[in-house]
Amino acid sequence: MVAATTQGWDRRAMKILFKFLLRVVTAFDWPLMIVLLLLGATGLLVMHSAVGGTDWRYADHLRNLLIGLGVMWVVAMVPFQYILKLAVPFYIVGVVLLLGVEFFGSTSKGATRWLNLGFIRIQPSEMLKIAVPLMLAWYFHKRESSLRFYDFFVAGALLIVPFLLIVKQPDLGTALLVFGAGFCVIYFAGLSFKLLIPLMVAGLVGIGGILVYQNDLCQEETDWVVLHTYQKNRVCTLLNPTHDPLGKGFHIIQSTIAVGSGGVYGKGYMSGTQTHLDFIPERTTDFIFAVFAEEFGLYGGVTLLVLYLLLIFRGLAIAIGAPTHASRLLGGALTMVLFVYVFVNIGMVTGMLPVVGVPLPLLSYGGTALVTIGIACGILMSIRHYSPHAET
Amino acid sequence: MFDFKQTDQQQKKRFLLRAGVAAVFAVICFGLLGWRFWVLQVERHESLAARAENNRIAVLPIPPRRGDIFDRNGEVLARNYLSYTLEVVPGRAGNIDEMLNRLTPVVYVSSADQRRFKRRVNESGRYASIVLRNNLNETEAAWFSAHSLRFPGVELRARWVREYPQGKAAGHVVGYVGRISETDVTSLEEQGEIGNYRGTDIIGKKGIEKTYESVLHGKTGFEEVEVTARGKPVRRLRKLDPIPGSNLILSLDMNLQRIAEAAFKDQRGALVAIEPSTGDILAFVSQPSYDPNLFIDGIDVESWRRLNESPDHPLINRPVYGTYPIGSTYKPFVALAALEMNKRRATDRINDPGFFEFGGQRFRNAGSTYFGSIDMHQALVVSSDTYFYSLAPEIGVNALHDFMKPFGFGQITGIDIEGERKGVLPSTEWKRLAYKKREQQRWYAGETVSVAVGQGYNAFTLMQLAQATAVLANDGTYMRPHLVRTIKNPTSGEERLTVAEASHRIPLKTEHIQAVKRALADVTVSGTARQAFVGAPYQTAGKTGTAQVYSLKGAKYQSSAIDERLRDHALFMAFAPVKDPKIAIAVLVENAGWGGSVAAPIARKVFDEWLLRQPKAGIVAR
Repeated sequence: MVAATTQGWDRRAMKILFKFLLRVVTAFDWPLMIVLLLLGATGLLVMHSAVGGTDWRYADHLRNLLIGLGVMWVVAMVPFQYILKLAVPFYIVGVVLLLGVEFFGSTSKGATRWLNLGFIRIQPSEMLKIAVPLMLAWYFHKRESSLRFYDFFVAGALLIVPFLLIVKQPDLGTALLVFGAGFCVIYFAGLSFKLLIPLMVAGLVGIGGILVYQNDLCQEETDWVVLHTYQKNRVCTLLNPTHDPLGKGFHIIQSTIAVGSGGVYGKGYMSGTQTHLDFIPERTTDFIFAVFAEEFGLYGGVTLLVLYLLLIFRGLAIAIGAPTHASRLLGGALTMVLFVYVFVNIGMVTGMLPVVGVPLPLLSYGGTALVTIGIACGILMSIRHYSPHAET
Repeated sequence: MFDFKQTDQQQKKRFLLRAGVAAVFAVICFGLLGWRFWVLQVERHESLAARAENNRIAVLPIPPRRGDIFDRNGEVLARNYLSYTLEVVPGRAGNIDEMLNRLTPVVYVSSADQRRFKRRVNESGRYASIVLRNNLNETEAAWFSAHSLRFPGVELRARWVREYPQGKAAGHVVGYVGRISETDVTSLEEQGEIGNYRGTDIIGKKGIEKTYESVLHGKTGFEEVEVTARGKPVRRLRKLDPIPGSNLILSLDMNLQRIAEAAFKDQRGALVAIEPSTGDILAFVSQPSYDPNLFIDGIDVESWRRLNESPDHPLINRPVYGTYPIGSTYKPFVALAALEMNKRRATDRINDPGFFEFGGQRFRNAGSTYFGSIDMHQALVVSSDTYFYSLAPEIGVNALHDFMKPFGFGQITGIDIEGERKGVLPSTEWKRLAYKKREQQRWYAGETVSVAVGQGYNAFTLMQLAQATAVLANDGTYMRPHLVRTIKNPTSGEERLTVAEASHRIPLKTEHIQAVKRALADVTVSGTARQAFVGAPYQTAGKTGTAQVYSLKGAKYQSSAIDERLRDHALFMAFAPVKDPKIAIAVLVENAGWGGSVAAPIARKVFDEWLLRQPKAGIVAR
């Protein structure tokens, strides 16, 4: 007699469990998931070499990857319209916390980035990497039917306020990513190419100018007004790393040697001399690509670029197929942020771009960045997963 | 250029276009990266591989030798000696505990050293070179060298170690160096100096060692060496010699300094002696002092607790950190203010019945004395409070503030030592800004009365009193007070004076200065300080005072000692000889009561040394 009821109960439980499992499995966008898993595996492989065998940082990286994955999975199961509802509060909290950092933040290594809330120390600039594009997507979504030119000014203001607060900390790397994310939303929302192209030309002319006049600009006395001295030093070091081989130039010289000496085929896994003789600073974090390129060579580097390119293509494909304006904008922007991460980081390690603190997604050690990337990918999956329902 | 009214379909189409452009952009950028890979890994592969594979070049910093510190006669206050140290790179040393077990029979490493080493391994990571033991003697060094092959990753190094041969004497002046902390790293990074500190593990933390850090440190050199696959250097490729730090020659005279310190016996207090015409600080005492040698290698917990928790607060640099209402020693300056502003002539007499009535309030003389009919001269000699109370409403607090400011009261004097406090030179403006509540922001006329006798809101450092005394002695010319006289470049031998000319001159009438100086001279003849100067073969001008105790905030009073520690501080300011002053001084003895009997005799000892015996020692420097 008990068996009958338990059987009925069992069946219902099984049904719920099955539904749940189905949801778990379908929540993942499998093409995206496969690329992420491949990158994650590469990350573990390189980390193992970078720390010189098994070490606590290796275990930590594995743990952080799993945390990132968990966060992604949770976000992926949240319907996109709920995520969009979070835009305004998320953005406001982020900006308020940034102001808090400005006035009450704690300083570490010359920059004020952390806010101590008593029980936890947080770095609010990190959450704005998501909050800013989310907010802008929400705004354009709101104004969708009556979009006017002046909306772009409002969007610009929404972007520029947190951007300036982060620049002021100073944290050029994060500021760049936040700006990139917000700018992409505005771009996807339809900022005219007629405006865009002159901006890009101006940027190129500026960079060209610095290259031509580097000798004058890098004198001790020259004050760059908008940039901190250490930021100026980074740019100058990029232009001429041998100028200060003990200090600022060291990173670039050593990572360039590491990448270059890897050659076409690489020196082989675990046999990078630059890495294992301790020549690459920050080799588990921002400079991990140097370890990878030294050991896996040109083939490895190109393969990694292809993997990242697949990630970006898949992201854009999700955005294109998305049902609503907001999800399209956000999906596109988050994807392009991932692109900026990769481009800036590898550009820096190979000596093409100045040293700014941008990690390589899924390879660099560091929990915060992995959580952010987890959220970004989670949102992409949520967009993908809920698009057919939202449409019908 | 904008087509705002769009159907969903149009929007989708436009997004498709823009996503396409973005994708093309991404491909182009990645193409750039790929091209960069090609440049590095194919075109420049040979040269870069050569640098990495065959010639593994290590850039080794060569830390510069830190500058020495001398007193004005060439006595050494801080220097370096060569010492052998054992350093370990944990990443190459294998199992740390096992290594230490094998090492201890060869070279003794105390358990305290082992603990500190392990702590620093955790802090610094596996590939930093960490000191395991300092000060190996020749035998130990030789013994280790013979066994060094058994200990990969452990290296014997000779390095400069700082020492302070004077010990406690002038400890607060010299300060100390200590290990570079995370905060130091931050500020070095901000100044772009971090590269210059590679290979250096100490930095100035206090006193002269800190303020002159950039001069003392020098410039780090480096050598590029070829290392084998195991990281052993085999050939030097290029070398850039370090530039040693500059030597500092202090204005301090250690003979005078020791006598001044000894004069305090075991009392707590502070003393600053200045040469008025140059701003040279001749003696700078903060009692009790501490031995800076304790800090060089990181102070041990026991000593730190003893210093930090002592009720005598030996770590506080009293002359620049303690702020006090300076009491009667303020009166000469108030008298000068009254003369300069034509509020009263020196010959004007007032009646002192023992109190001054103002706004229905009675302000009494200290010690319920009364002096009858007195002029300014007598008022200073006997230290009549009533006379100066009566000046207060005439001068007014803001005029007094403006007059005192150029003397340095309530200002940063600019002395070249860190941690100087500003104190308070009261004014109505100051009070408005200092308090939050409206009713507290208002200035009451009665408050001016206390201010005029050096009490009330006045809060000055002893350094400020000494400097103001020197400015008075120097007839209003302000020389920035300094402990370092010259900076000497050890390679070129070039010397540079730190203070070459006056900061500013206060326009004062000679007759007014003379009137005040004459009165102060009489203080040491027939006034409150006469006993201390009996039989002195030179003429001294001075003024005694007492400071009410409520400063040195944060002091943890011990209940058993509380009565003694609430007593007033004894104060004395003076300069000598009266004509052409060679030395100006301010002395403070904590909780010692009255200035004339305790603080003035200390000044006498210092003056005797400097004015009577100084020629012997002084010749060397000039």
